[in-house]
Amino acid sequence: MSNTPDDRKYADSHEWALLEADGNVRVGISDHAQELLGDLVFVELPEAGQSVGKGDECSVVESVKAASDIYSPVTGEIIAINDALEDSPEAINESAYEDGWIFIVKPTDTSELDELLDADGYQNLIEDE
Amino acid sequence: MPFIPHTEQDVEQMLSAIGVDSIDDLFDEIPEDLRCGELEKIPAGMNEMEVTRLLRERAAQDGLPLCFLGAGAYEHHIPAAVWEITTRGEFYSAYTPYQAEASQGTLQLLYEYQSMMASLMAMDVSNASLYDGASALAEAVLMAVRANKKSKSRKILMPLTTNPVYRSVTEAIVKNQSIELVDVPYNSETGQTDLEALAQFAAEDFAALVIPQPNFFGVLENVDALTTWAAANKTLSIGVVNPMAMALLKPPGEWGDTGVDIVCGEGQPLGVPLASGGPYFGFMCCKQQHVRQMPGRIIGRTTDLEGQQGFTLTLQAREQHIRRSKATSNICTNQGLLVTAATIYMSLLGPQGLKKVALNSHKNTQLLSHRLMSINGVRAVFNAPIFHECVVQLDTDVKQLINTLAQEHHILAGFEVSAHYPELGNALMVCATETRTENDIEKFASKLDALLNG
Repeated sequence: MSNTPDDRKYADSHEWALLEADGNVRVGISDHAQELLGDLVFVELPEAGQSVGKGDECSVVESVKAASDIYSPVTGEIIAINDALEDSPEAINESAYEDGWIFIVKPTDTSELDELLDADGYQNLIEDE
Repeated sequence: MPFIPHTEQDVEQMLSAIGVDSIDDLFDEIPEDLRCGELEKIPAGMNEMEVTRLLRERAAQDGLPLCFLGAGAYEHHIPAAVWEITTRGEFYSAYTPYQAEASQGTLQLLYEYQSMMASLMAMDVSNASLYDGASALAEAVLMAVRANKKSKSRKILMPLTTNPVYRSVTEAIVKNQSIELVDVPYNSETGQTDLEALAQFAAEDFAALVIPQPNFFGVLENVDALTTWAAANKTLSIGVVNPMAMALLKPPGEWGDTGVDIVCGEGQPLGVPLASGGPYFGFMCCKQQHVRQMPGRIIGRTTDLEGQQGFTLTLQAREQHIRRSKATSNICTNQGLLVTAATIYMSLLGPQGLKKVALNSHKNTQLLSHRLMSINGVRAVFNAPIFHECVVQLDTDVKQLINTLAQEHHILAGFEVSAHYPELGNALMVCATETRTENDIEKFASKLDALLNG
């Protein structure tokens, strides 16, 4: 049973999006997603300053057996990336919701978050899979 | 599972299951005028003895011409041991085995090949080879567009001094991915890429600059200046080199302030015999930072559960069986057999041996060039230093001259450059590798002299 905190939203492509106090959105992949991928060996990070649309692929996580694109859950500008993942991609396996965050987007419209799933909705989605 | 072809009965059953009368009916959609029809000129079947005799006779018609032809594929001496070892049963396959890790010997050989190529090019990483030099350049262009994060451009600076065949193959492969190749002119006196003309592109955004060394004319480019220019303009650099020349010249990893990002080329000079159309093999090396964008297979060395050395396919997430349509390339097959020959060739010659071959090829071509220039009606076209090819200008039709020398004297006089560079007039490109002797050169020169000056 994977862990799905209810302080954030989820995309059906398995990213989580956390609206922070400063209005920015922190993005990572769910605990369920990291479990499916297995041991991560590489994260191809986006560039800070890059603008992204909702649903744009902007990062790739690679495990020993698969590579998976990460889609931005909101439109905006990427203002920070988690450099630490370059040397320790396993942070995503160990701490998908905290240390394993991937990038932060300054959103143009936070109402896009309403279109994402809440924790219950996401939990239902992965149970149906 | 054995391979058993369908019996007539199988075919009939399948056709009736889908309600079709004949196999031909399955092709109804193709209009009649687009079908090639019967192959009328194919003769009746022959037995093995007859075919062997026929082909021996045809091969004998080629004679053993004295070769001064290069232009991308070169006649070098191949020690007898190279193909003796290459064709042993353990090695005799064109492919990376499907159960790759079960074939540790093959993987180790590829690993050694990669180590040798990376060392020859002074680069961090080599892949396990590609199809040929031309498609390796196309792959390098695609790779550069993916890898250049500082540029959004899909335009590539392509010097006109790059092998014209490579340019057209690259164009054919990349044009439908909306990648544009932009010509960079050459200096008509030196035959080198024109640095002043290149400087005019500085204001524009390009994904990469291609840097041939030696270039198609055999001329040495200002590789340091070109590499440094690319780095300063946030443009990746792609070296396309003759690997034999790299035994003698500064390797691409040391060009300019930064070294090139990617280097590729044709591996044929390393132990692969001349054959019309190949098979040859392409090679590619890159900087560590670009390795995840590199196409093709990479073999890594690792340690198994018992602590012993083992070899394995590595970084497979780039490849099509994992990344599917987003793979770095759908050309993941290498040219295993040719790479085996190249690895054995390089290990037999060693760095000093390769250098000697390169140096003797250079010396022989210098000798040839001086001798030809002493003939009335033969002029040098370019004045910059060369590796082992040289372009000369004549007052007579080059194609006709090549045919006459081949038919009457069994001499392959060289490559007709004018076909690709009409601005150079009656231009012939000649090459004398380490396999040519002073006598060979004198024979060629005297026949040419006799033809030109009666």
